[in-house]
Parts: sequence; structure tokens; C-alpha cells
Amino acid sequence: MKIKKKLIILISVLIAYGLLQGLIALGIVDNYFRRILVSIGINIIIALSLNLIVGITGQLSMGHAAFMSIGAYASAVSSVALHTPLVVSLLIGCIVSGIIAAIVGYPILRLKGGYFSMCTLGFGEIVKVAFQNIDSLGGARGYTGIPASVNLTFVFFSVVIVFLIVTNLVNSSFGRTLRSVKDNEIATEAMGNKAQNYKMLGFITGSIIVAFAGGLYAHYITYIEPAMFNYSKSTEFLTFIVLGGIGSNTGSIIGSTILTLIPEVLRNISSELNELRMFIYGVIIIIMMIFRPQGLLGTNELTIAGIKRFIIKVKSRFAGKNKIQKEV
Amino acid sequence: MKIFIHQIINGFALGSVYALLAIGYSMVYGIINLVNFAHGSVYMVSAFIGLFLATRLSLPFTMILIIVMLASAFIGMSIEKIAYKPLRNSPKVALFITAIGMSMVLENGLRVNFLAGPNPWPFPTIIETVNYEIGGVSISNLQILTFAVVVVCTLLLQLFLFKTKTGCAMRVVSYDKDAAALMGINVNKVISITFAIGSGLAGAAGILVGMMYPKIDTLMGVMPGLKAFIAAIMGGIGNVPAAMFSGIFIGFTEAMTKAYVSSRMSDAISFIILIIILIFKPEGLFGKKKIEKV
Repeated sequence: MKIKKKLIILISVLIAYGLLQGLIALGIVDNYFRRILVSIGINIIIALSLNLIVGITGQLSMGHAAFMSIGAYASAVSSVALHTPLVVSLLIGCIVSGIIAAIVGYPILRLKGGYFSMCTLGFGEIVKVAFQNIDSLGGARGYTGIPASVNLTFVFFSVVIVFLIVTNLVNSSFGRTLRSVKDNEIATEAMGNKAQNYKMLGFITGSIIVAFAGGLYAHYITYIEPAMFNYSKSTEFLTFIVLGGIGSNTGSIIGSTILTLIPEVLRNISSELNELRMFIYGVIIIIMMIFRPQGLLGTNELTIAGIKRFIIKVKSRFAGKNKIQKEV
Repeated sequence: MKIFIHQIINGFALGSVYALLAIGYSMVYGIINLVNFAHGSVYMVSAFIGLFLATRLSLPFTMILIIVMLASAFIGMSIEKIAYKPLRNSPKVALFITAIGMSMVLENGLRVNFLAGPNPWPFPTIIETVNYEIGGVSISNLQILTFAVVVVCTLLLQLFLFKTKTGCAMRVVSYDKDAAALMGINVNKVISITFAIGSGLAGAAGILVGMMYPKIDTLMGVMPGLKAFIAAIMGGIGNVPAAMFSGIFIGFTEAMTKAYVSSRMSDAISFIILIIILIFKPEGLFGKKKIEKV
């Protein structure tokens, strides 16, 4: 049964990839659209990692862009200075980010609620200022000359792999403990799990994954500057998961896809509307929080079985209505 | 030495603005446990209201100050009614995210071309700047005015909190909301008043900053907002005079870093202060330690 399930996943991924390549070959997916697809892919990885920290572990991090910038800079430096191949550079970025996350996370994960968020925000600003002041990394002008070694295929398979890793992690006993930390820390401690340790692990894992996304980003656009990873970037990432559903992996994917497409659509309609992008994000956040605080999907995952159930439910409702109308 | 004293004066003036903002942060956090992220945005909006009143209607300073304080109090109350009140019983994270959304709405809403636009606006001179020379150190009347406004506001607020019935009700609500409701205190009204006072002070800060640094733009509230939050934490939540002193301290450190270390590092140093305080003394320098109950 398990092997069958894995096979199904493998085949469906390959089919999706084949479809994508077919569309590119047919010219339906042009260069512009390919760029959008890559940024959607990178944003999905970011949203999944942030969801691991905010949605699953329940720690509202507002310095997520900082870890992305650490990953981006570390992998870019390794590529440019040491001429390492792409995968090695990405790994180096992940390791550096993980170590820094451990050092930073150890003291600040003891803090509660808003205090933790403000600390991560402060950390994000400190990282930005630090990069701006390191002249060997280009300072505020940015770091250029990164090899453009990431393409759509690489991003596609990265997204698949990251998604599988994160889903397996969330559904394991480790993931369940993380969720229990979110729901009730004291109860988690009473069950014999050190809440602080699990918060650390969740935070470090999320930071490693976002560093991977940062590396991909750096090697795709070949140019990074500290101001790209400021605090409004972190809030933008937060919007992804707030829209999709805090605590839902598929929700994060949907949220980040929608919010990456919205600016492109707006740009095509008029540039005036595109300037309103952040305003619209803000309105989305407030409305979501007031009327559907759990996000589009809530903590539910979008599964094939779930869709089937939904269709059957809708069908039966329609059938029921028809009957009533006939009786009348 | 002259430069040093000059920096102290600068730090005092800047710190007074942070102090006004910090008091609002502190009061709101004390009463509903929310880091009111939109507080810096209210300060920004009020600076723009002041700009409008000064250029279009050319009112005198006291009129502008009063109108702006009333207007921003109204804005603060409406924000609370629209965005925070429906979420009062939901998790703190949801409330905090809404506050972030609110600040995004205010900052980027005003950035639209037909309102303020993305470019900075020059702030008109409402009061002519006069520089007094005292022992070779110059101090402007605006700096004295700013400091005076802060001290007066803090004293009035302290009197209000400890000598009036409404102030007493506010302290009670921040202590225990349910018990306050049982004692017949209208909790919603008290929360509204808190927001009104906090935002009104932010409005005053907006005007004063516009007069001292005569350029305002829509993102001017982000950094002062964060620094004021640092001051509020430093002073201990809910403690008005302590918030004032730590606001001035933050302004001080900023002026000193800008003068002697590097102007680019000043933001980072404020945040390092925040992280150190939160790690070692999260209840604030003047705060009481709270015992966590299960």
C-alpha cells in the first residue's frame, strides 16, 4: 500500500513536469511566465518553511527574510569565491543559516508571544544593517556576479522535495509534538517533552529551508542586496500563510501562489493598481483575521480524498434540493 | 565637549518624540496585551493631517495641535473598533497579525498618488525657529517645546490615571478584565479611551516631529514606532513615567551612535538593546516581576 502511494506521487510529479515541459515546448509558457513560475516556486518553499515555524510550532517569526538573506549571501559567496557547485553552495547556505538560527533561537525562543515577534523583527533589522556594513559583500550596493545556475527544472524538483520533507515532518511524531507546543506549552511539558527543545528544532528547520530558498533566489536573479530582505518582506511572507491557512502546508502553497500572481495580474491591468499591492495585502490580512482567522484552508490539508468527500457532499446537497423541489 | 552637549540636546528632543509614542504603546499593551503595530502609522497619519491643516488652512500651532490630537484619537479608536474588537477573544497571534495588516493598510493606503504619494513632503514652518545660545551651545525653541509637551502630557496622564475614576477603571481593566466587568466597569469604553489617549499622544508626536525635521513621508512611522516599542518594553509595560524616561534614553543612544559610531548602525543598536532587555529583564527596568500561573 505504502509503495503504491509513493509510486502514485512519483508518477504524478513526473506527469506534472512533463506537462510543464510540453507547455514550454509549445510556447504557451513563455519566458515571462517562466519567471513567474520560478518566483512562485521559491515563494512556496518560503511559505512552507514559515508555516513550519508560525503555523505548526506557533512562534510568530517576523525576521524570516533575515534567514533568507543569510542563506542567499552564504551560498552566493561560496559560489563566487570558492567556485562550489550549486548544490554544495545551497547546502552551505543552509548550514550557516541553521547555525545562526540555533544561536539566535536559544535565547529568544524563551520569550512569549509578541515579545518573540519583536525580537525576531529586531534580529532581521540587525542582519540587514550588518550586511549593509560589510564592504566585502558589496555593502548597501549589493552582491553581484552570482552564477545563474538555477532554472525552472531545479526549482520545480526543489519544491517537490521540500514539500515532501515538510509534510512527512509535520505528520511524524516530531510534527505532532510541535503542534502540541503550539496548542499548549505546559501540557507538552507535562507529557515529558521539553517545549524549548522542540521550539528550537522547529525554528532551526524552518530557517534552514528558507535559507535554501534564499540560495535559489540568489542563483536565479544573480544579484542580491540587503534591502531586498527587509521587514516588509517578512510581513509579505506572513501574508502568504495567513491567506492560505496558518498550519496548513497545502494552504501555504495556495496562499503563496495566489499572492505571487496578484501583483502580476495587477501590473497587467494598470500600474496604479500595482502600487496598491501592499495596501491590498493589508486589507486581505485584516479581513481574513476577522472573518476567517484560520485562513482559506484552516489547519486542514487539501487531499484527494478530501476533495472527493467535498464533491460527494455538494452532490448530495444538490440531489436533496432537487427532491424537495419535485415534492413541492 | 560642545558637540557632546549638543548631541545630548538632540537626543533629548528625539527621545521626547519616542517617549510620546512609547506611552501609547505601553498603555495599549498594558490593557489588551497587544503590540499595537499600527501605532507608528497613526503617528505618520497625524503628521500628514498636521501638514494639511498648516498648508491649506494655515491655522496657528495650538489649534493644529488640538485638532490633530483629536483626529488621531478618533483614528485610534476607529482602528480598535474595526480591527481589534472583533478579535478580542481570539489568540494573541491573530490580534498581532491584524495589527500588522492595519499598519500596512495605513502606510500603503496613504502612498497612493492622489493622497500623499511615495515622495516626501516638506513640512511648513508653523513656529519660527529661534536658536538660543547658552554658553556656546545652541538650543532651539522647538526642542524646548517638544520636551515641554512631553513633560506636560506625562504629568497630566499620571494625574488622570491615579486621581480620576476613569483612570482607576483603566488600571483595573489592565489588571483583570473579567473582574472589572463584574464590578460594573464598561470594559469596551475603557479600552476605547485607552486607544484614544495613546493615539492622541502619537498625534502630538507627529506634529512635533514634522516641525523639528521638516520632511515627512508615509514610511516615517516604521522606525520610530519600533523604537518607541523598545522604550515601552524597557520601561516596563503600563508604567507611564518609566516609558517617558526610557524613550528619552533611546533617543539619547541614537543621537550618540549617530555622532560617535556610525549613522547606519543606530537602528541596529536600538534593536540590540531590545534583545538584551527582553532576554535578561523582560518585565522592564522599572517593572515588577510577574509570576506565571497555569
